[in-house]
Amino acid sequence: MIRNLLSGDLPRSRLLSAMLLVVFCGLALAPFLVPGARSLNVAATICVFVVLVASYDLLLGYTGIVSFAHTMFYGIGAYGVGLALHGMGPSWWAIFVGTAGALSLSLVLALVIGLFSLRVRAIFYAMITLAVASAFAVLASQLSDLTGGEDGRTFKVPEILQPGFRLFDAEILGRAIDGKLITYYLVFCSALALFLFMLRIVNSPFGRVLQAIRENDFRAEALGYRTVIYRTLANCLGALIATLAGVLMALWLRYVGPKTMLSFEVMTDILLIVVIGGMGTIYGAVIGSALFILAQNYLQLLMAQASAAMSGAPLLANLFHPDRWLLWLGVLFVLSVYFFPTGIVGRLRTRALLRRLR
Amino acid sequence: MTTISPVAPQDSTLPKVRVDMLPLLLVPVLALLMLPLVGSFPTWVTLTVAGLAMGMMVFMMASGLTLIFGLMDVLNFGHGAFVSVGAFTATLVLLPMKGWVEADSILMNLSVVGLAILLAMLVTGILGWAFERIIIRPVYGLHLKQILITMGGMIVAEQLIHVIWGAEQIPLQLPTTFRGAFIFGDAALEKYRLIAVGVGLTVFVTMFLVLNRTKVGLLIRAGVENGEMVEALGYRIRRLFVGVFMAGSALAGLGGVMWGLYKETLTAAIGGEITVLVFIVIIIGGLGSVGGCFIGAMLVALVANYAGFLAPKVALVSDILLMVTVLLWRPQGLYPVAKR
Repeated sequence: MIRNLLSGDLPRSRLLSAMLLVVFCGLALAPFLVPGARSLNVAATICVFVVLVASYDLLLGYTGIVSFAHTMFYGIGAYGVGLALHGMGPSWWAIFVGTAGALSLSLVLALVIGLFSLRVRAIFYAMITLAVASAFAVLASQLSDLTGGEDGRTFKVPEILQPGFRLFDAEILGRAIDGKLITYYLVFCSALALFLFMLRIVNSPFGRVLQAIRENDFRAEALGYRTVIYRTLANCLGALIATLAGVLMALWLRYVGPKTMLSFEVMTDILLIVVIGGMGTIYGAVIGSALFILAQNYLQLLMAQASAAMSGAPLLANLFHPDRWLLWLGVLFVLSVYFFPTGIVGRLRTRALLRRLR
Repeated sequence: MTTISPVAPQDSTLPKVRVDMLPLLLVPVLALLMLPLVGSFPTWVTLTVAGLAMGMMVFMMASGLTLIFGLMDVLNFGHGAFVSVGAFTATLVLLPMKGWVEADSILMNLSVVGLAILLAMLVTGILGWAFERIIIRPVYGLHLKQILITMGGMIVAEQLIHVIWGAEQIPLQLPTTFRGAFIFGDAALEKYRLIAVGVGLTVFVTMFLVLNRTKVGLLIRAGVENGEMVEALGYRIRRLFVGVFMAGSALAGLGGVMWGLYKETLTAAIGGEITVLVFIVIIIGGLGSVGGCFIGAMLVALVANYAGFLAPKVALVSDILLMVTVLLWRPQGLYPVAKR
């Protein structure tokens, strides 16, 4: 059963299994385990980022494509639903229209960019996507009549998802069953389904071809696989799933704006997570996102204490200023590209493999 | 006895390399085409000079990147970090020597800016050496890792700027005599833009002469065409590359100082913002080609300025449209480098 669900791609390391189980249970029971809006927000963000990062892993880790346009697709999804709900009022129909519109726009864009530049080398694709994504971000923040500009748009979701909604009066385990909780489980279940779907893809024959292209595209082509077509397909698939992640995020936040959806910081976050978690493993997205988002939210508290303790030395205190947490993750990123390119997950798997051989 | 016939005298000269003139014509043709569209001559002059000035600054930042890529097949996604560091280093001179900046004397203004530029180029040059040593050397030939690692280097550099100079933006004052504009008839030409054009042209001519008239330049050009052959002939291309990397970083630093003075405020993101433009320029020019990079920079900046005047909404995506148009015409960029 479990083997089928995970498409035969088990964690293959006892420690990794334990970590995944902790993350899974933590996310599944988050509303009941920890009180407060902030921690639930952290849990929902982790769910969305697992999907977003895993879809990026499909490109970077499995196919060997470096794309900087992933936030663009994420933003398209978010803006699609957001603008539809803003314009058409809170209804399920609006969500459907927004999602469908966003998905088709993403598909067309991914196809055009892919066919235009995936024929050439990886480096070229990276530069083109960077240019296109930044132009898109500028457009979204400048066309303020449509998108609300820098301020973004807040909107209402259908009644059952609104925080004020009560499914029934009784409380379960001391928690009222309100709209926020229902939205959280919508996000969680969608994320879980998408995650399992991606695991299915990378372990299918199609996924094997992608890995062959990553290892040696010349040989893959010689074996008769049209690498351009496979690359473009992977690109479109990644874009579509990123779009869905954007939809989930917009529904959770009930807000879309260029800063949270399209900024380059989101892109660097994705890069950091996928590399630190482990490229080409899909599970890396889970471990990476959980660690990263937790660090983003709670490491700063720790650093504030360190900074206060060192307030005597000005430069040192600056080094540990809470806003500088990205510095330390950047250093970790550079080190992990050098010393453990397979990330945390790859490291754990190798260790388990070595132990089994011994 | 057989007579050995002497070797036939060689043909007097090698066939001349055909110079591809078409891209060269693009810039003047574009400027002239826009004249009737803009309508008034003075406005057109102002727009064109503004475009050229911006283009020159972008060229300074892009030329190093394209040379580095051409020579060693390394694309430095962290190139923008050198721009930021250059601009921020300049504040170390410009802020303490405020008196000289505010003085109403060309000599004092020039010397303080010159000093700032010198320091910035020195610092970014040394930083470039360190960057090559620590960050890039272990990942030669691995494109995927290069992109990731230089991206990481960029993040770290940007954060370190925050650590050293603080997170607030720093206002940067333009020296007194560089302010204002010359008035020719109805056309106003900002002085600083003319200075930027002058500096940019100097950089371009110097680079052109070094590349085409000196032995080092010959080796660099040969290295771009075929690095292995240059190595086989006994030249240490590695050293050459480190030199080019340092020079390219220093040029980015120079561009950063000029750009920072132009914007008059500094944030650590200044380099990251310009990186996108720099990439578009070197794609248009043809990866690895300095001449193409120069024309690309002029084209991008001119189009941005004209579009900003004629149709502000289009200006938001004018770079991308220009890039797509050029690539549809020449998929490898204006001046494709032979090997790639």
